[in-house]
Amino acid sequence: MKDNQQNLIRFLIGLGDDSVALSHRLSEWCSNGPYLEEDIALSNIALDYIGRARMFYQYAVKLEGNKRTEDDIAYLRNEREYTNLLIHELPINDFAFTMVRQYFLDVYYCEYLKLLCDSSDDQVSAIANKAVKESRYHLKRSQPWITQLAEGTSESKERMQLALDELENFVGELFLMEDWEKTLAESGVAVDRKSLEANWNKEVQAFLEKSEMSFPDSKLQIRGGRNGIHTEHLGHLLSEMQYLQRSMPGLEW
Amino acid sequence: MTIENKQPSTNQERTINQEHLAVYEVFIRSNRGLDHKHVGSLHAESPEHALMYARDCYMRRSEGVSVWVVKSTDITASQEDDIANFVDPMDDKPYRHATHYVLPENVTNM
Repeated sequence: MKDNQQNLIRFLIGLGDDSVALSHRLSEWCSNGPYLEEDIALSNIALDYIGRARMFYQYAVKLEGNKRTEDDIAYLRNEREYTNLLIHELPINDFAFTMVRQYFLDVYYCEYLKLLCDSSDDQVSAIANKAVKESRYHLKRSQPWITQLAEGTSESKERMQLALDELENFVGELFLMEDWEKTLAESGVAVDRKSLEANWNKEVQAFLEKSEMSFPDSKLQIRGGRNGIHTEHLGHLLSEMQYLQRSMPGLEW
Repeated sequence: MTIENKQPSTNQERTINQEHLAVYEVFIRSNRGLDHKHVGSLHAESPEHALMYARDCYMRRSEGVSVWVVKSTDITASQEDDIANFVDPMDDKPYRHATHYVLPENVTNM
C-alpha cells in the first residue's frame, strides 16, 4: 500500500513535469510568434499545460501530506530531480519543429488521456477528463499546420523534414514503461503506454502519407527522462524558469 | 544532438511574408436565441485556422456558444460617401414607422 502511494506520487510528478517542460517551451513563442493570432494561440496552449501540471502537482502534494507546495516542486528541483519524458524539453527550434512535436504529442495525449479517464483513482481520472478535451482541441489545431507545412513551400517542407529527423529518436520513450509504472498500470491507476505505440504509429503514418511525408520507425530510443537523465537542454530551461525563485527565495507576486 | 535554439532574436529576422494571410471578420453568438454579433477581425491562413484563432482570440472567457468567420473580402458593404443617398431619403416618411400611428383606445396590449 505504502509502495503504491509512493509510485502514485512519482507518477503524478512525472506527468506534471512533462507538462511544465512543454509549457515553458511553448511560452517561449510568446511575443515571438510568426504573427499575432498564432502567437496568442500558442500561448493559450502553454497555459493549458501549466493548468495540467498544477493539477498533477497539487494532487501529489496532497498525497505527500502537504510537506511542500506545488511551487516548490516546479521551482526548487534541479534537472536530475525532474522526471519529464525528454521530448517535452527539446528546444522550440523553428516553427516547424514546434508544430511537429506538438502534433506528435497531441496524437499521443489524445489516446493516453482517453485511457487515463478510466483510471481506478478518481482524482487521476478527473484530471484526465479535463485534460483530454484540451488535447483534442490542440490536435485539431496542429493537424492543419502539419498539412500546410508539408504541402507549402520547398522551405517549409525541408524544415518539416528536419523536424521529423530530429524527433525520430525521442518518440520511442513515450512508449517505454518503468517497472514501478507497470505496477501502477496493473493496479488500474496508470496506463500501459506501450500499448499505445502501434496505434500512434499507424495514425501518424497515415496522416503524413496524405501529404507524401513519412516518419521512420526508429531503432534508437533515447531514454532516461523518468529517471532524471536529461538532454543538455533541460538545465538551461530550468535556469531561466527558476531564476526568480532561486535568486529571491519565497518571493510571491 | 544537433538541435539549436534558433529562436529569432531581431525584428529583421522575424519579418515574414504576410501576403498569404487573409483578413476574416468574427461574429459571436453569446447565447442561445440571440444573434451573432460582430466582435472584431483577425488574420489567418485558411477558414479553418480563422475559426481556431477566433476561439483563441475572442472566446477564451466564455463569450459565446457559436462563432462565424467570414472573409472580409466576401462582405459587400455600403460606402461612406454614398451614405446620404442611401439612408437619408427614408427619414422624411414618418408613416413608415409604427410610432406614426395612434392606437385606438380599445387596443390595450400591442
